[in-house]
Amino acid sequence: METISTLPPELIRMVISVIIIISFLFLNAIMMGYAERKIAGHVQRRPGPMEVGSHGILQMIIDGIKLVAKELVVPFNVDRTLFRVAPLLSFTPVILPLLVIPFSEKLQARDLNMGLIFIVTMGSVNVMAILVGGWGSNNKYSMFGAMRAVAQAISYEIPILLSMLAVILMCNTFSLKEIVGAQQKIWFVFLQPVAFLIYVIGGLAETNRAPFDLPEAESELTAGFHTEYSGMGFSLFFLSEYTNMFIVASVATVLFLGGWHGPHLPYGEYLGVVWFLLKVYFLLFLMIMARWTYPRVRFDQLLNFSWKYLVPFSLVNLLITAVIVKL
Amino acid sequence: MKQYFSELYTGGKSLVEGLGVTMKALFMPIVTVQYPREEIDISPSFRGHIDLILDPEKNSYRCITCGMCEKSCPSDCITVKGEKREGEKKKTLVLFELDFTKCSLCGTCVEVCPVNALEYSKEYNLAAFSREAFHYDILKRLEERIK
Repeated sequence: METISTLPPELIRMVISVIIIISFLFLNAIMMGYAERKIAGHVQRRPGPMEVGSHGILQMIIDGIKLVAKELVVPFNVDRTLFRVAPLLSFTPVILPLLVIPFSEKLQARDLNMGLIFIVTMGSVNVMAILVGGWGSNNKYSMFGAMRAVAQAISYEIPILLSMLAVILMCNTFSLKEIVGAQQKIWFVFLQPVAFLIYVIGGLAETNRAPFDLPEAESELTAGFHTEYSGMGFSLFFLSEYTNMFIVASVATVLFLGGWHGPHLPYGEYLGVVWFLLKVYFLLFLMIMARWTYPRVRFDQLLNFSWKYLVPFSLVNLLITAVIVKL
Repeated sequence: MKQYFSELYTGGKSLVEGLGVTMKALFMPIVTVQYPREEIDISPSFRGHIDLILDPEKNSYRCITCGMCEKSCPSDCITVKGEKREGEKKKTLVLFELDFTKCSLCGTCVEVCPVNALEYSKEYNLAAFSREAFHYDILKRLEERIK
């Protein structure tokens, strides 16, 4: 007990929050994996996983154990260092954005005054990981997947940033906590519906989710950049995909859906997290539904959509916002 | 310019409609059958391997050991053997074998039978570890049914 009291309290706080965040991240991946398979099933009018546990509720845990127990095969002729680094490179940066997300008024590991920029930066590192994994695999499918991921990320980062900028112009801060605080009266989704739509579409593309899942297009590239990965290597990519979805949805909640604001709850400073998570999982539900509704776009359609529709619309939206804010 | 916005409108509308279709499907009842626990009724015209018909009057087979099925079988997978026993007018069936590995379920044997002694069984759960498991002794199957 004495050694703990001699440690700096800030350090203890950070360690505890990182532990909570990592365990939450695994829990989120398990829940999302289960929800995805169940929703996919019911959309196609079949029950989805049913065997392990009541209504297959333990299915993802069993799958997780299987993945952990499997050997991480390193194929012949791959770049061994890059091949092993890529899953870690993809998993580490997705933990960091969760540190600055305000789950409720007092549930936030760190309130950075440039939190939004931090999240966007970390989101870009994930693309690096995909490129490294695809390049290191020494396989044409992985290479194609990685190249597509990079082209897609570059063209979709721009509309995302522009739509974020419209919100930032309105509340004059990069701190996520203050952005949520500015939505006390009215959520920004009502003031910035176009920016919200652009952000959600761009977010789908950023997380490589269908209908923009070209980097891992099963029918064209077997599994894209993670074709050669097995066991834990694959599951780290998988975890980072679901965590990325969570981050995109929570940034959308912070920027447009009023974060932790909602009908009053006792201990609102902490229990605001209920409203926050409800909004986040509603967005994630929409993302899953989009995956099982829309067919994959062709590559030229993907880029055309970004450059011809999203970028001009976000620019015009930004211009109008700037004029109104100035007035 | 006009086309640009009309494309945006029709595209957006179709996306929302598509989402509506899947949303509806999400709450519709399931149509698949959970096979080992649920089974659907087999169609009466289902063709399994052949079986001897159990004649309720005689409580036995109708086969007269003529061997028409054996002769007509294009895959040559039926073996019928009869025996003339003392005190009986007709031949007695002693062996009726079907090599199901060769059978193509054409149904010629059932059609050609002069006394209408053959039928299709309703068995479809067919899996085994050896080839010999599919050499069915049809007569034995009938005897088991009589018991």
